[in-house]
Amino acid sequence: MKSLFAFKAALFALCLAPLAQLVFFAFTDRLGANPIEFVLRSLGTWTLTLLLVTLSITPLRRLTGWNSLIRVRRLLGLFAFFYACLHFLTYAGVDQSFDLSAILADVVKRPYITIGFTCFVLLIPLAATSTNAMQRRLGGKRWQQLHRLIYLIAAGGVVHYLWLVKKDITQPVLYGLVLAVLLGIRFAWRRRVPAAQAAVSRPPG
Amino acid sequence: MLFRRPPDIQPSEITDRDLYLNRRKFLAAAGVTLGAALVGESLLAAPSAFPNLRKSPLSASESPNSPRDVTTYNNFYEFGTDKADPAQNAHTLVTRPWTVRIDGEVKRAQSVDVETLMRWSPPEERIYRLRCVEAWSMVIPWVGLPLAAIIKHAEPTSRAKYVEFTTLNDPKQMPGQRSRVLEWPYVEGLRLDEVMHPLAILAVGLYGDILPNQNGAPLRLVVPWKYGFKSVKSIVRIRLVEQQPVNTWNRAAPNEYGFYANVNPAVDHPRWSQAKERRLGEFTKRPTLPFNGYAEQVASLYSGMDLRKFY
Repeated sequence: MKSLFAFKAALFALCLAPLAQLVFFAFTDRLGANPIEFVLRSLGTWTLTLLLVTLSITPLRRLTGWNSLIRVRRLLGLFAFFYACLHFLTYAGVDQSFDLSAILADVVKRPYITIGFTCFVLLIPLAATSTNAMQRRLGGKRWQQLHRLIYLIAAGGVVHYLWLVKKDITQPVLYGLVLAVLLGIRFAWRRRVPAAQAAVSRPPG
Repeated sequence: MLFRRPPDIQPSEITDRDLYLNRRKFLAAAGVTLGAALVGESLLAAPSAFPNLRKSPLSASESPNSPRDVTTYNNFYEFGTDKADPAQNAHTLVTRPWTVRIDGEVKRAQSVDVETLMRWSPPEERIYRLRCVEAWSMVIPWVGLPLAAIIKHAEPTSRAKYVEFTTLNDPKQMPGQRSRVLEWPYVEGLRLDEVMHPLAILAVGLYGDILPNQNGAPLRLVVPWKYGFKSVKSIVRIRLVEQQPVNTWNRAAPNEYGFYANVNPAVDHPRWSQAKERRLGEFTKRPTLPFNGYAEQVASLYSGMDLRKFY
């Protein structure tokens, strides 16, 4: 129990490192010629990274048999939401100066912003129902159904990135490949589950 | 992935901008002092990249961006697609000797070096706004050769209607060309009357010094009323042609990048608005002006044209 606490604390600190780096860069004039763009992109890629890290917990747990990993999934998911909030606030507040009509026009007219904004909004109910109490109130099955939205959100995040780059799609494609692996593993396991269960239930011969 | 290597030169180590901009005065003062000390020996004639650079009434009155902004934030895919890449990678480009082939519909087709071009059309300081299609902008003090004088020197034939500019194609010097992100070499084009406009220049310098490689050395086009991608860099060929050339970005994404690419706040890029821009160094966005603020000089070139269609 004690080691889990230490692991969680270390992970918490690690998840704050990207933000700490940005703050450090800001104070040491290392954000480049276009600091707002730098911060916005950095927060966006960290959101996507943390979404993928969150999605890697279940496969990692199965592969390593280290079941305690599930205890850190909520922390990672909430940090993904935290960076998504900072990303959105940087866009709305710093980049657009809270010009609501300009933001609305962007959300309606620019497909990559439409999808990015939708994903951000979809993250809100997941974050709001992340507590133990909410989990109990919804019931395991319904809670799980709701939280499957994360697959859609992660895919939407990759598309958001893909549609915003001008020509060099290397980075978004890399994120997309990682996501494809993480979802592909789940799909493959799901298909093999009946056979695997049958094998387990058979008495050793 | 966004842990970038900090720049080798810290901003604090770079000369203060005012001092930098006044370095000639500084050098002259130092020269006078030294010259007085070393009897009879004047250092006033210390070699300078562009001595007696003429100022131009066509320059903008805004104050230029810092050298750091202008030389570390570049779209020059021949050296990588990140805007910090060219400053890191462009040292592999060899800019002397350099010849430019001028041919096509001209009476005097020839290959010339940059020094010859500077004799045909003496360099001037031109402080211009630069508006990128990505909705950011800068103010840049170019040293440029008025393009019209160069084109006149080649004597265009009556069939010449457009001018096609081509960048060097050499993956050994331009590592970004090993990737197929764009079709190489980079090609841009202008209508002949656009090329002959007094605002159009071939830049050979920046801040009174030789043009840094990452900014398109040794010779790049600057057409300040158009989006930045029109300003083709490291030019090796200027060809006068009858038909409208197909420019690289137009070939890559025809619905996003047109041939004309005049700065126009009323015509959005399909994926982002062009109504506003972020001037590097400023916090809030400023409204974008038609033809990047050069409407008075250039709008007549496009009278009667539907600028939504010819974007």
